[in-house]
Amino acid sequence: MTQLALVIDLNVCVGCHACVTSCKSWNTSGSAGPLADANPYGADPSGTFFNRVQTYEVGQFPDTETVHFPKSCLHCEDPPCVPVCPTGASYKRESDGVVLVDYDKCIGCNYCSWACPYGARELDEHRKEMSKCTLCVDRIDNEALPKDDRKPACVMACPTQARLFGDIHDPASEVSVAIREQGGYQLMPEWGTRPSNHYLPRRKMVIQLQDDQAGRVDNPLKVDGKLLKPRIDEPALDDVTSW
Amino acid sequence: MGLHADSIDDNLEIKNTTCYMCACRCGIRVHLRNGEVRYIDGNPNHPLNGGVICAKGASGAMKQYSPARLSQPLMRKPGSDRGSAEFAEITWDKAFEVMTERLAKIRATDPKQFALFTGRDQMQALTSLFARQFGTPNYAAHGGFCSVNMAAGMIYTIGGSFWEFGGPDLERARLFIMLGTAEDHHSNPMKIALSKFKRNGGKFISINPVRTGYSAIADEWVPIKPGTDGALLLALIHELIAQGLYDRDFLVRYTNAGQLVNQDSLDDRFGLFVEDAATESVNEMFPQNKLWWDRFTNLPVATHSPGSDPFLLGHFVLACGTPVVPAFQLLEERVRQYTPEWASGVTGIPADSIRRLAYEMGVIARDQKIELQIPWTDSWGNEHETVTGNPVAFHAMRGLAAHSNGFQTTRALAILMSLLGTIDRPGGFRHKAPFPRAIPPSAKPPNSPEAVKPDTPLEGLPLGWPAGPDDLFVDEQGSPVRIDKGFSWEYPLSVHGLMHNVIVNAWRKDPYPIDTLLIFMANMAWNSSMNTVQVREMLNDKDEKGDYKIPFLIVCDAFQSEITAFADLVLPDTTYLERYDVMSMLDRPISEFDGPIDSVRVPVLPPHGACKPFQEVLIELAGRLGLPAFVHPDGSRRFCDYPDFITRYETEPGSGIGFLAGWRGSNGEKFMKGEPNPKQWEMYAKNNCVFHYKLPDSYNYMRNWNKGYMEWAQRMRIRRFTDPVLIHLYSDVMQRFRLAAQGKGKKARHPPEHLRERIETYFDPLPFYYEPLEDQLVDKVAYPLNAVTQRPMAMYHSWDSQNAWLRQIHTHNYLYVNPALAQQNDIQDGDWIWVESMWGKVRCMCRYSEAVEPGTVWTWNGIGKSSGAWHLEPDANESQKGFLLNHLISDVLPVEPGKQCISNSDPVTGQAGWYDVRVRISKADKEELKQSWPQFAPMPELPGTRGFKSRWLVYFAGKGELK
Repeated sequence: MTQLALVIDLNVCVGCHACVTSCKSWNTSGSAGPLADANPYGADPSGTFFNRVQTYEVGQFPDTETVHFPKSCLHCEDPPCVPVCPTGASYKRESDGVVLVDYDKCIGCNYCSWACPYGARELDEHRKEMSKCTLCVDRIDNEALPKDDRKPACVMACPTQARLFGDIHDPASEVSVAIREQGGYQLMPEWGTRPSNHYLPRRKMVIQLQDDQAGRVDNPLKVDGKLLKPRIDEPALDDVTSW
Repeated sequence: MGLHADSIDDNLEIKNTTCYMCACRCGIRVHLRNGEVRYIDGNPNHPLNGGVICAKGASGAMKQYSPARLSQPLMRKPGSDRGSAEFAEITWDKAFEVMTERLAKIRATDPKQFALFTGRDQMQALTSLFARQFGTPNYAAHGGFCSVNMAAGMIYTIGGSFWEFGGPDLERARLFIMLGTAEDHHSNPMKIALSKFKRNGGKFISINPVRTGYSAIADEWVPIKPGTDGALLLALIHELIAQGLYDRDFLVRYTNAGQLVNQDSLDDRFGLFVEDAATESVNEMFPQNKLWWDRFTNLPVATHSPGSDPFLLGHFVLACGTPVVPAFQLLEERVRQYTPEWASGVTGIPADSIRRLAYEMGVIARDQKIELQIPWTDSWGNEHETVTGNPVAFHAMRGLAAHSNGFQTTRALAILMSLLGTIDRPGGFRHKAPFPRAIPPSAKPPNSPEAVKPDTPLEGLPLGWPAGPDDLFVDEQGSPVRIDKGFSWEYPLSVHGLMHNVIVNAWRKDPYPIDTLLIFMANMAWNSSMNTVQVREMLNDKDEKGDYKIPFLIVCDAFQSEITAFADLVLPDTTYLERYDVMSMLDRPISEFDGPIDSVRVPVLPPHGACKPFQEVLIELAGRLGLPAFVHPDGSRRFCDYPDFITRYETEPGSGIGFLAGWRGSNGEKFMKGEPNPKQWEMYAKNNCVFHYKLPDSYNYMRNWNKGYMEWAQRMRIRRFTDPVLIHLYSDVMQRFRLAAQGKGKKARHPPEHLRERIETYFDPLPFYYEPLEDQLVDKVAYPLNAVTQRPMAMYHSWDSQNAWLRQIHTHNYLYVNPALAQQNDIQDGDWIWVESMWGKVRCMCRYSEAVEPGTVWTWNGIGKSSGAWHLEPDANESQKGFLLNHLISDVLPVEPGKQCISNSDPVTGQAGWYDVRVRISKADKEELKQSWPQFAPMPELPGTRGFKSRWLVYFAGKGELK
């Protein structure tokens, strides 16, 4: 069975928010929209976003890491948001495992968002409907789009290609290979939700230089008369030791 | 499936154009539904971004439909004060009438009285042509307060620089070092390249006081004190030379390292390269008859003589008795003092780390060489079977540039890159056409007041590249001709002008008063001035007769902002989605490493209200004023509009060189050079709005010294000469200014007495470290901290607070403070604090951050706004919690008794020293207002702005509400 998911490579995410606004732009005018914004030009603006980037600092100066952490619905294999829904609006699509909300049935009761341990759902305060990442089903299902474009807007947008998209149940897919080979991990696996989205950790490149690597026989200083051989008449042990 | 409206994407229209949410210039696809912006994504066939986009680019719809958009020309109401923003709508006819009458009078009497300064407009080829044809020298864009040190420091050293001019080849680099880089500039190409580089297993080192965006994914973060990069770079050079970790062959053949420098201190040519009278100079502007001291014969020889090889170190005496040394010897002597231990004390970086960084650079450059099987011929006729690369790449921008020691720091960087043998080689630094250019490029500013005459175009370009004192734009007394004092002895190499001086100088009438100032797309009453509060006062200041000291201020912008409030006449510009535009080879094209590229914008939406593109305003005005390039000999208009101008304008009649390089010739069969093609716009539109000429591999590297490339570039009229562009390890250009200051040369121009010492000190032909000028004058015990700004990736300058989506990412800014420092000052995370400099103070909120070195505090640039500006509500977070660091910065430096005050700028280029400010912090009193300070009276709504009154923005494109 297919399980579509995002694999997000924290090793290259620079926190540019391209995924955030591309998502907003596609979805507000798409089949999951509109995504309303309260006080858009006033105090404390607050709108619906399916995808946000949070930034954390880890460690103490000077050993500080700055981590940009994009977060959206993780399309769990056992999504706690589905069984709690009193109207059946919250569901997991059988064909590809995408977790969706049927707006015709949603009564905006918030149970699903309380059940979600990741805080991935946002009630659209204007529509009073629960909203969340759809993995852009209106792109990936849309045969009117060129094939290369049938991906989530965030994946298309990402300048560092930190967002991989595919079927994690297909062991040969790009996402499965990345999870397997690059230490892909799930968020809070202890909750038993089996999130489909994975994250790839930071990986550090270190250059190991040995002390003797700097010097070389073709050191250019020799050409210009530096690092000279000693003069033949300079004192040497050879002249003063006799045993 | 229960989502809304399944078939909503029927009847979509997709149009390609070029983004302008920042200066990056990515290709975009604008998806329109019923004429409204449904979605903007990257154009997958565009060479710059290959289909990706950034947060700003994807938010274009919210800029297009911003409530801050202007829609009508506005005239300040009679009797109202500037800054109060009381305007009446007028027609374009009236606006043109007012401007034409005023400007015609100025042009007929004293063209200097008109000044045109523009922000990051991407249309400098047109704006400078307009200024030149008008006859005013008082023109520049914003480079002087942006990053001119980076442009000048590198162009005067290697004939190219970063960003549009060139960049790091991260596809092949193994080690990448990034120093202080704005994250909103050239951002998508940099992000794409960084990611590939890391995935290819390269090591990325970030040298920056702050660890944000790009630096976050660095393999190693090296925190450094602001303004001390020069010390680090010189210590790295010291170590590379001391260890012999430099590419000697590269230095010998491709730089002036081996050229002999005159060491006779009594000679008028002291410190200049010896020119061999017996050899032809080839090109008088760039003489090639220099000498080496040959190792094999132990005699002087013409450089690059077959079979010879110069000493790079040593002291020699010519037959005539003149003592000489190779330039490299002088560099070696210069950097002896700059040990890692010394630099450690200045930069805060441990000496061992500096040494290790030098070894990593030197060993990787030397031991991980790339050989590409690409044959090429050098300028001296030697054929090479391969192109060699030393895979160590660098990138730097404003973090180096925006200090008053930035020019010499940038020189040090370019020299470090050259010592490693990385210039225009695979894995190192690569040029982008039209670079490399000569050192310095041939274009010169005018050099006497005679260049300015009534009703006559300016003789020479308003901006150019001085090669010595004779190229300065000064009068017989050595006083400046330009209002910003550009190209004067105060800042001889101010190659991008000094926008930050204009309002202050005009207000002071120093060197003279002006009548009309036209500002395009620059927020001088806010974040584009160093001393915001004073500038606002100066704009509103009147003389004893009650007239404004700057009599007439015209502002052209698409949006209501802090500066529009001060205008006498406001011209509503279009957005980027509503106009034609060119990213021209005459300006700053979008070339890649593999060849010249230019591009266009085409309108995808009709103009909003009565908005008119600024280009059309200039074409119309130029026609009305009868500027020669824009009218027929009988005075009638030559061009009906901007697209027509772009198609038919040639730099000289019949030159075949115009704004666009692609599809020239009557049928579009030529490129770079060819007669105008009436269908050129259509051809660009059909080709993703881009023209890309890919150079053959053999012309793609080593271009400073690549005979094939140079001859091609000359045929294409990219370059006038084919001479090799040898890297200036030692800058004889700088030495010429220093000699003038030392009184050498009887006929030569000499600086005025009060600037002699300054020129002699800072025009050093070799890079050196000095503390930023403000540091030299400030009490560092009282003001112990550096304060700098960073650019967030989701905002461009002050533009995007009006953008409903982007402002939710950065709604207000904090001052980021290392917790250890904050706690010493009894400041908790989230506290309101005061930040004070010698010049002013601001109240703002503190945010703890472990990602900043403890001697530095920082904030995001341009997020804080004046209340009501950008059509935000008066209580918006941007004005109530956000703040502007500029209030702490001065445009001038403390005056020592008996001395003239000097600008807070680099003494070589005039680059504004934004990042030099020193501050202290303290906790605000509990009783104080929880509000940022200073505050300004809320700006009223301007007539004609769209406005927005609802609590909810429920954007769904295609409903027909926003057409």
